[in-house]
Amino acid sequence: MNHLGTKVVDENGVKHNTISDETMEYVGILAKLELTPEEAKSAKKDMEEMLDYIDQLNELDTDGIEPMSHVFPVCNVFREDVPFEHDGSVDTLKNAPVTKDGGMKVPKTIGE
Amino acid sequence: MKNYETVIGLEVHVELATKTKIFCSCSTAFGAKPNTHTCPVCTGQPGALPVLNKQVLQYAIAVGLATNCTITQYSKFDRKNYFYPDNPQNYQISQLYLPICRNGYVEIETESGKKKVRIHEIHMEEDAGKLVHDEWEDVSIVDYNRSGVPLIEIVSEPDMRSAEEVIAYLETLRQTIQYLGASDCKLNEGSMRADVNLSVREVGSQEFGTRTEMKNLNSFKAIAHAIEGERERQIELLEMGRKVVQETRRWDDNKESSHAMRSKEDAHDYRYFPEPDLVPMSISKQWIEEIKKHQPELRPAKLSRYKKEYDIPEYDAKILTESKAMADLFEATTAICGKPKKVSNWLMVETMRLMKEKDIEADQLSFSAENLAKLVDLADAGTINSNVAKDVFAKMFEKDMDPEVYVKEQGLATVNDEEALKKIIQEVIVANPQAVEDYRAGKQKAIGALMGQTMRATKGKANPAVVQNLLIDYLK
Repeated sequence: MNHLGTKVVDENGVKHNTISDETMEYVGILAKLELTPEEAKSAKKDMEEMLDYIDQLNELDTDGIEPMSHVFPVCNVFREDVPFEHDGSVDTLKNAPVTKDGGMKVPKTIGE
Repeated sequence: MKNYETVIGLEVHVELATKTKIFCSCSTAFGAKPNTHTCPVCTGQPGALPVLNKQVLQYAIAVGLATNCTITQYSKFDRKNYFYPDNPQNYQISQLYLPICRNGYVEIETESGKKKVRIHEIHMEEDAGKLVHDEWEDVSIVDYNRSGVPLIEIVSEPDMRSAEEVIAYLETLRQTIQYLGASDCKLNEGSMRADVNLSVREVGSQEFGTRTEMKNLNSFKAIAHAIEGERERQIELLEMGRKVVQETRRWDDNKESSHAMRSKEDAHDYRYFPEPDLVPMSISKQWIEEIKKHQPELRPAKLSRYKKEYDIPEYDAKILTESKAMADLFEATTAICGKPKKVSNWLMVETMRLMKEKDIEADQLSFSAENLAKLVDLADAGTINSNVAKDVFAKMFEKDMDPEVYVKEQGLATVNDEEALKKIIQEVIVANPQAVEDYRAGKQKAIGALMGQTMRATKGKANPAVVQNLLIDYLK
């Protein structure tokens, strides 16, 4: 689904983004979030404003400018391939609500 | 029925042979207790920051160079977002926009000749944890030891047309990567995994049909069966006037069939974006040259050199170079004894027979080149006869030892002393009047029994040719 919503023009002639309820539901599925109707309403308003802000950025002329993924002019930060021997299982399993056989127990992940 | 052609492209995941994970210092050793090789980075704890293992990048470049790829000199990581219990960060760090290698190819050889299979790209990424499905309860158990183990994914173009070509392609990749030491590429242990993208189309058609992707293929046999099965399934659908649905199918090795995996409406919306926690990689020409300089001699180069330098048959050269460990052993042994064809025979016949019997790979062989060279010399000089040599070799194969010392200690040297042999033969003839009579009556085969008796009396150490000549003389 690529369609986010449509744009409307307000009484001052300014374009605003609107997000459909279907898009809100889809975004909720992707983010694994369950929102109450009130939460969904306020999240929708926030996201519409975010899209408006991005439209504002799009007004800038960026022709011929390389897209930037990082702010710092830093490259090549590496680690040598030397193991740190330790037993991480105690700390890792602290985060598990339920464990079994030294692993985290989760709902069965394979459907027949 | 119309004439159909199968179109296959492969996504091959290879676990790299680094000691540590791709973004943290946790060990990658196989078979540890669940979740021991974990830390805040590979379990996706808030605030933990990944740092790239330099060796991962160097292995990826090495594989790219060996498969004729162009190395992307400015490369970056991206985030692939999805939720699954084996993925503790809720995203996988991978490469989408600027993969490390692009536009390569490997040359494969099948019954129908040589062919190039193009490689679209190779990218680096992290492996997910392992899910074990519990036998008693309806639950899965997560082990994050594998989470963050470095992978490269090699994506081919849809250039293959049969299971035979797919297997030749995988064999070629496996050999190349093993030669580089970048991975052990074991399908059954999951250090090499292949997803098969397959579609069918009418012969002569330029357009591709709808493809399916098959997962969970753990052996060459499973891959071949899955390809045959999927080809038939798709053709059957088209012949019935139905459509092939684009989906991911899971191969079941026990049932020898595949079924569609539960598809989620959001399955393919990964919302990739540049990974903010890792800085880009800038790879100089000089660095690439450096890696190129350290590449070992690969199989195609070895094949032609063996024929030229050692004058051994192409058949031998092909078998000896199937694994780098075997090729190294061949070269080291030949360098010592200078008898390439004899060394080749020992490796191809006795060594491979015992390897098969004990189910071990060439890199697990324990005898040294020095001792194999000594054995070749002992057998070649006639110091021990061929049966004794095989017995000594079997002992060496079990536990490396000096065959010269062993032969001396055990008194296994061939008895060539004719006077001593004559005495034994006389005794044998006296003890076996029936066989002697049969032979003299024209039964040539009867000499075999006398030979056997003589060999037994010398504990197998006599030179069989000498014994035979002496016997024939005696019986005249």
